[in-house]
Amino acid sequence: MYEFEFARPATVADAVQALTAEEAQALGGGQTLIPTLKQRLASPSVLVSLSGIAEIKGICQTDEGLLAIGGGTTHAEVAEGAGAYPALAALAGQIGDPAVRNRGTIGGSLANNDPAACYPAAALASNAVIVTHAREIAADDYFQGMFTTALEEGEIITEVRFAVPEAANYQKFLQPASRFAMVGVFVAKYFDGVRVAVTGASEEGVFRWREAEAALSANFSPDAIAGLSVAQEGMIGDIHGTKAYRAHLVGVMTKRAVSAAR
Amino acid sequence: MPKDIDAKESGIGAATKRREDIRFLTGTGNYTDDINVNGQAYVAFLRSDVAHGRITSIDTAAASAMPGVLRVFTGADFEGVGGLPCGWQVTDRHGQVMQEPGHPVLAQGKVRHVGDPIAAVVAETAEQARDAAEAIDLEIEELPAVIDMKAALQDGAPKVHDDLTSNLCYDWGFVEENKDAVAKAFDAAAHVTTLELVNNRLVANPMEPRVAVGDFNRATGESTLYTTSQNPHVIRLLMGAFVLGIPEHKLRVVAPDVGGGFGSKIFHYAEEAFCTFAAKALNRAVKWTSTRSEAFMSDAHGRDHVTKIELALDGDNNFTALRTETYANMGAYLSTFAPSVPTWLHGTLMAGNYRTPLIYVNVKAVFTNTVPVDAYRGAGRPEATFQLERVIDKAARELGVDPIALRRQNFITEFPYATPVAVEYDTGDYVATMDKLEEIADLAGFAARRAESEKAGKLRGLGVNCYIEACGIAPSNLVGQLGARAGLYESATVRVNATGGIVVMTGSHSHGQGHETSFPQVIAEMIGIPEHMVEIEHGDTANTPMGMGTYGSRSLAVGGSAMVKATEKIIAKAKKIAAHLMEASDADIELKDGKFSVAGTDKSVAWGDVTLAAYVPHNYPLEEIEPGLEETAFYDPSNFTYPAGAYACEVEVDPETGKVTIERFAAADDFGNIVNPMIVDGQVHGGIGQGIGQALLEGCVYDENGQLLSASFMDYAMPRADDLPFYQVDHSCQTPCTHNPLGVKGCGEAGAIGSPPAVVNAVVDALRSGGKDVMHIDMPLTPARVWAAMQG
Repeated sequence: MYEFEFARPATVADAVQALTAEEAQALGGGQTLIPTLKQRLASPSVLVSLSGIAEIKGICQTDEGLLAIGGGTTHAEVAEGAGAYPALAALAGQIGDPAVRNRGTIGGSLANNDPAACYPAAALASNAVIVTHAREIAADDYFQGMFTTALEEGEIITEVRFAVPEAANYQKFLQPASRFAMVGVFVAKYFDGVRVAVTGASEEGVFRWREAEAALSANFSPDAIAGLSVAQEGMIGDIHGTKAYRAHLVGVMTKRAVSAAR
Repeated sequence: MPKDIDAKESGIGAATKRREDIRFLTGTGNYTDDINVNGQAYVAFLRSDVAHGRITSIDTAAASAMPGVLRVFTGADFEGVGGLPCGWQVTDRHGQVMQEPGHPVLAQGKVRHVGDPIAAVVAETAEQARDAAEAIDLEIEELPAVIDMKAALQDGAPKVHDDLTSNLCYDWGFVEENKDAVAKAFDAAAHVTTLELVNNRLVANPMEPRVAVGDFNRATGESTLYTTSQNPHVIRLLMGAFVLGIPEHKLRVVAPDVGGGFGSKIFHYAEEAFCTFAAKALNRAVKWTSTRSEAFMSDAHGRDHVTKIELALDGDNNFTALRTETYANMGAYLSTFAPSVPTWLHGTLMAGNYRTPLIYVNVKAVFTNTVPVDAYRGAGRPEATFQLERVIDKAARELGVDPIALRRQNFITEFPYATPVAVEYDTGDYVATMDKLEEIADLAGFAARRAESEKAGKLRGLGVNCYIEACGIAPSNLVGQLGARAGLYESATVRVNATGGIVVMTGSHSHGQGHETSFPQVIAEMIGIPEHMVEIEHGDTANTPMGMGTYGSRSLAVGGSAMVKATEKIIAKAKKIAAHLMEASDADIELKDGKFSVAGTDKSVAWGDVTLAAYVPHNYPLEEIEPGLEETAFYDPSNFTYPAGAYACEVEVDPETGKVTIERFAAADDFGNIVNPMIVDGQVHGGIGQGIGQALLEGCVYDENGQLLSASFMDYAMPRADDLPFYQVDHSCQTPCTHNPLGVKGCGEAGAIGSPPAVVNAVVDALRSGGKDVMHIDMPLTPARVWAAMQG
């Protein structure tokens, strides 16, 4: 780890101010950033911990009936407290191990946008609203490729708002070593249509499988996507699985998510 | 509780709880990284990030000027210092000795694998050392790398070592004189089964990474090395005599609590020599603690064989001949015992549990631009077992016969049995272990379980295999003839204190095996005193007799035997003292339950009376025997021991994803006599866990340029608790070893040897039950590989 200054502001405003320093870096739960620092792959001048900001923690119901989760809320807290959206709570309860879930946050996960992370699939399938200290961003506009998002430098995710679907489910096929998603599929059925978001599989990060969405919107059953498949091109191919295997798994996991959707 | 743990509360056969676990589980152990010497400095190594290259310039000026830096060392500082020695010289099939390249402590001119140490910075803090290591100005001309073994042997392939004639270390034939007879038997065979397979490269990954602390005492001129080692005396000898030129009496090596080794901590490593050397050069203690990332590219790897095996059978399905051709990866340098693993620890086991009259094993050991490969739990024996048990399974499928029946038909049934590959099995009962396996694995119930799985849309498979291994290495004169540059005896000093307590200083080294618990059980049994009166000391060359350490499931069979011999000497002397105290003849003295009595009388003295007399010799036969009660014995075994058993694995395969889950696993082992059945259970459980890890999860992968793709736990899959089933483990079949005093055989590696073929046999069986024409899948059987195999 290289040397850095450490700040732990108590308000969003102070955090935003602290992040204006050159080479400043926000620190959520640190589940990606701390290992990166330990490997000396990053050298921020100042680490701005968001863990002391009470106003971005917690789960509540908005007046519009949306489920609002503070950006600094841990996976464990979502698993425990997001019962209004069972598929989301279940997803949070399957991230990493208990130590990861007690530290990692939803805001940190979405800001990092790891191509194999779970939350991006839920956010995109739910077309969640990513609320920052400056603005609101629809999930459809937010995810812009592997480790790339619509966030500006120094922009902090304060809240994520989910419309709770009629039925939803997340199916994760584990990469055997990291146990991140080798392929994760989140299916959400809303009154106006079905959304299918896929994580882990694509070189472009989380994506919507629109062909499946159309088929499932017409007929929400596993049979509806029986003949469909995603193109191998653009899938991740590595020592854990070929492009063809990942493309195949997208179909299998989608089918299973539809079957299990509640 | 396993059912074989009986009611015995103490001594041999009791399931005594491991006393060392209290400190391991409460954070009060003393591991090498817990050792801090006053004024110690820290070292960081600059390691090669290319697989093969020539160092064209190295400028340490900027690094040397960094804060806290004491000195920057490069290969130039080690000119005139010895290289890391190899402990085994193999002679090839043409009578030539193996090609043996130099192995410098720090790279001299060339780097030969990713992770090869080039320079070392010693600084006041670990972070300062690391900062300065990054500031070294290094230029490397990258050279083409050789990664694939067969490509490495092609004419014109880049040479890992410029001064060798090729990348071939040796071309070994065994038994070379049998080669033609084996060929004739194949010509005459009614059926020949051929299988090509890979035994995947593994990273040992003990929980505790390697650590070394070098220290130097200017007043006495004595060097001390604290290190994570399985065999501190061997390190003292290798490093002292061959690398640094320090005589044993000026060098102390301490291996305190060690958190797992699995073979990877047998070997002498560059970092140990560096810390010892630098401590003297700087007159400061120097500490190195490996990161997990460094461990992946500097700990010796395991396995990595590519094999073609052929089995010949006659018209009645009797095995008539076996022939193998193996390419064995040595990596970039010869690690301490690397040459022995694919040869004498592998070829001699190719008979397995079967009466195959003719066997020929060919092994080509190859240098590549990868991390050196050496012994890993089982070392050669898992490779032998895997190929043999896989080819038998394939033969059974080709012939349409039951794989268990085919094995039973060919079992060795009479002992001692001299194999055609130079070893003599003393005892065994392979029918008994297979019978026991069929019972504990409930093979009769398999068909019903398969039907249940099929109802749930899963394919269920059953894999069964046998194994044999050679443990208790080894008769020194024999291994000397085979090229070992060491003796393989073991030692023990038994020191009885005045008040009757005992300290045993053993040359064996415990790094997870539970010696501190099981060794006292033996002495408690022999003398009839409570186990808690006996303490075990190990791991410090300053207070233990010259020992060869722990590996190859040898501790109880060899180290335990030395302890028994020393204890027998103690008892003989104590009887003389007791006889004197009771004014009786030595020959009439009996020792039972910690009491010496005169046969046929009611006269007795307690153990403590005798031990006190030995040290307070007021009433003592000083004219006949010396005061004190301390004895040392060295034990050199007359043969290997041959544990054997039969394993069964049941898997479910998800036909949609290829994901394999282990549903049941049963192991019936014959380890001879058992000292602590609970520790034996634990050793088998751990071994099976590692074997399942190899079979399903673990794979060390290089790309074609020699970059390590599986360089962290993000990409190298270790088995976790939820990957493993509950095991049915039985070791009630016991044919005691005939040539060591305890009749024990060794249990540390069996699980890792016996389980990989069971898993692969089971997966193949499952896929075939689903109509897939699959005969083999190379390990690890990841979901992706199994799915690909199902696609045809």
